[in-house]
Amino acid sequence: MNEASPRPSLSRHGAGAQFLETVAAWILGFLWILPLIYAFWTAFHPSEFSTRFELLAPLTLDNFRRAWEAAPFARYFLNSFMLVTMVLAAQLVLCTLAGYAFARFEFPGKEIAFILVLLQLMIMPDVLIVENYTTMSRLGILDSIPAIGLPYMASAFGIFLLRQTFKTVPRELDEAARVEGASALQILWKVYVPLARPVYLAYGLVSVSFHWNNFLWPLIVTNSVSSRPVTVGLQVFSSGDQGIDWSVITAATIMTSAPLLVAFLLFQRQFVQSFMRAGIR
Amino acid sequence: MRNAWRLLAAACASAALAVAAQVEVTFYYPVAVGGPITRIVDQMAADFEKENPSIKVKPVYAGTYQETLVKALTAHKSGTPPTTAVLLSTDMFTLIDEEAIVPFDGVDTSAYYKAFMANSQTGGKTWGIPFQRSTIVMYWNKELFSEAGLDPNRAPANWNEVLQYAQKLTKRDASGAVTQWGVQIPSTAFPYWLFQALTTPNGVELMNQAGTETYFDKPEVIEALQYWVDLGRKHKVMASGTIEWGTTPKDFFEKKTAMMWTTTGNLTNVRNNAKFDFGVAMLPEKKRRGSPTGGGNFYVFKKASREQQAAAVKFANWMTAPERAAQWGIDTGYVAVRADAWATPKMQEYVKGFPVAAVARDQLQFAVAELSTHDNQRVTKALNDGIQAAMTGTKTPEQAMKDAQAEATRILRSYK
Amino acid sequence: MSRGAIHGWLLLLPAFALLALFTHWPVLGTIWDSFHATPKGGRPAPWVGLENYQVMMADEVFWKSLWNNLWYALGTVPVSIALAILMALWVNSAMRGRTWLRMAFFTPTILPMIAVANIWLFFFTPQYGLLEQVLRPFGIASRNWLGNPDTALACVTLVAIWKEAGFFMIFYLAALQSIPPSLAEAAALEGASRGYYFRRVVFPLLMPTTLFVMVNAVINSVRLVDHIFVMTRGGPNNATSLLLFHVYQVGFSFWDTGYAAALTLVLLVVLATVAIGQFVFLDKRVHYQ
Repeated sequence: MNEASPRPSLSRHGAGAQFLETVAAWILGFLWILPLIYAFWTAFHPSEFSTRFELLAPLTLDNFRRAWEAAPFARYFLNSFMLVTMVLAAQLVLCTLAGYAFARFEFPGKEIAFILVLLQLMIMPDVLIVENYTTMSRLGILDSIPAIGLPYMASAFGIFLLRQTFKTVPRELDEAARVEGASALQILWKVYVPLARPVYLAYGLVSVSFHWNNFLWPLIVTNSVSSRPVTVGLQVFSSGDQGIDWSVITAATIMTSAPLLVAFLLFQRQFVQSFMRAGIR
Repeated sequence: MRNAWRLLAAACASAALAVAAQVEVTFYYPVAVGGPITRIVDQMAADFEKENPSIKVKPVYAGTYQETLVKALTAHKSGTPPTTAVLLSTDMFTLIDEEAIVPFDGVDTSAYYKAFMANSQTGGKTWGIPFQRSTIVMYWNKELFSEAGLDPNRAPANWNEVLQYAQKLTKRDASGAVTQWGVQIPSTAFPYWLFQALTTPNGVELMNQAGTETYFDKPEVIEALQYWVDLGRKHKVMASGTIEWGTTPKDFFEKKTAMMWTTTGNLTNVRNNAKFDFGVAMLPEKKRRGSPTGGGNFYVFKKASREQQAAAVKFANWMTAPERAAQWGIDTGYVAVRADAWATPKMQEYVKGFPVAAVARDQLQFAVAELSTHDNQRVTKALNDGIQAAMTGTKTPEQAMKDAQAEATRILRSYK
Repeated sequence: MSRGAIHGWLLLLPAFALLALFTHWPVLGTIWDSFHATPKGGRPAPWVGLENYQVMMADEVFWKSLWNNLWYALGTVPVSIALAILMALWVNSAMRGRTWLRMAFFTPTILPMIAVANIWLFFFTPQYGLLEQVLRPFGIASRNWLGNPDTALACVTLVAIWKEAGFFMIFYLAALQSIPPSLAEAAALEGASRGYYFRRVVFPLLMPTTLFVMVNAVINSVRLVDHIFVMTRGGPNNATSLLLFHVYQVGFSFWDTGYAAALTLVLLVVLATVAIGQFVFLDKRVHYQ
């Protein structure tokens, strides 16, 4: 199934209706991207122009300088990066093993275990903030990056996805490898994992964008600069005595979203394609 | 030869002892104003260490006031609190109830302004030392005053004048929509604080010194709320509904309002961003002049060791010494917390060049404590909700305050 | 147990251990803590039975938050799904500029909510905010959008829809791409209109995706509260207070962990009910290929 196979036009109303529809779509698209456009406008212009949109207004990089100085963003970036990397790595390993178990093995209690796993689809760690906070406190790892990541590392979504994917792998491949004397783990690595690559890519992209932008749980569980991710750092601009300065906030927003934005712009096609090949329906 | 070894051993031992004797003080601090505050604090910590080589200060930037409190309390509950922190003066009762802090024993607090000590002492003990404090002041746009035919150098002095001036200053366009409001008193984020800017001039306090009783349903309190609500809903010189705290300074810069009531912490911000001549005045009086204080104190935590606590007290005293209090005031716009800070040459020069900086200080003689009780966040929320209900017309001021008082009484019952 | 079974459990164990520790155990812990009062100082928590629940029944803010969350969910779930389908249909068609459209619709997903909330705050600011600037030429009077309890929740809902619709669009896009074009050709040959083709062929085939997306949308209506912190802080007078926001306030602002546990339990019950309801109800109407 290639990407650009548009549906044949079934319209009976001809070009007029199609034109109107295109205009409607473009308007919606424009509305959707308006906040980002506003962010770019305001970040590169001085404060006076954050509320008026005069085309000939002077450009400036001062807002970025002020945003950078207002909080230790370099450290926050590092923390966010370490967080999403750590979480993704753990998720890939854990969910692959678990998905493989559910897809290809029979063991007592399998049904119940699967339901218990699916429970996390609905009851995400985000709603269990009070209890998980106490757990982290007892484990003694409060205010650290692993503390942010641990509740998410066993992802029910990932397990579910990989189980579905592994189930579609033809058993003949499995048996052929077994005949050649491969162990279960070797079969997993040599046969199943390569075939699930688009799923891994899609899942990875979802996971990274989710954890890069996660706010509430990191807010609660981190105290100090050495573990705080970028989203929590951004909050400092929201509650000062001096009120909101949109120039600095949008500069900070662009700074912190830049990695994801750039990655998305470059890998847009792969992103969508991997979702499609993953057969997520 | 053996002597050389002995000497070396002795040197190593004393070095080790010196390092071992170094006391570490972790210092959580919030940032509530713009500017490179973290750099300034780091520099101050370094200066302190130079003068006190046996103490190592580790400043930890902890976010907003609210976040810093959350951080400090969660750290305390998990057994590793900071040695010292700057937290809101109103958090005192909460910190005492959580058994998180120790009082400042034997520290001379007579140098600090009495108004700031009001939120720092209870039960005969001093629990906090003022560091970055503020009051509410009224800023006005002199240009817009002239345009409306008012004397640009005279601010309204009482509630009646505020109303009169605001009526002249509210402009409408052809279709009747307001293009400029007369006055703006924000009612989100800290509605209770701005409320105190009205109740204090009306001669009434909202709570007792022990933090166990509130007086939200006193007639003067309801009267103050009625005045606030009427500005918007009856006289239409202020926007109706709740007014956003965060956008109020911007509204002032955009000339959408001719007067605004907000913290002195905004002074530097207004100076930098207002493209017009502006004035700063004490809050207008009704029965008297008055304003609540605001801002943060130094607290010392209980679970720190004795040496750490002593070092923290030393640090707090050093940070609030006259020269540093003056410098902090100039850098941040907060009110320098002691009279002798204002007498330093640097501060006098600053005030000469920027006279409105002294308004907040002059108001201190009329200032009262900020609302603070046990279970402070809950009680404050009850009052905030009541104020917002009145501002949006959901409840009458009388009903709103009666309900808030009932709720506060229920919450404080177990503390009496 | 056979060797296969042992291998199965071993493979599952690491993930399951973490799930047990951070999902199952906390659920039990929540139930347990909700029957105790909050510990103060160094003293342990006393058993209080149903007292936290009695407080909850009398707590106006709780009921308001629950009610608000219901409206919030009713606003975000159907609208974001409908928009997602519409967007997917557009992007999948031969429309001009569809690559750009796809990027525009998906961008909100990448931006952190806590940051965009500030931008939306500007959009809704009275008098000089973007919405006001756009509406003024049409003669629509200035409104205090976020400061008025009648409009505040709607504004917050709008921001959530904006954030989610593009993410769901991707799933629908993938599903649309897997519909064989022969179906569309056959429908065209038989003279079916676009609306008919969509209603009778495409939409039923999208049902599995809709089920999946709906589950996600409902979960998000519970967990997406970041923008509340910036835009309204739950106000005015709790008009935009949502359950999870209230849990945060009670647990980490008032430090009342016992009551926070009781509130969390309500949240869990709501989620579980919705999950069961959705699977039971929609499972019957799903067409699998």
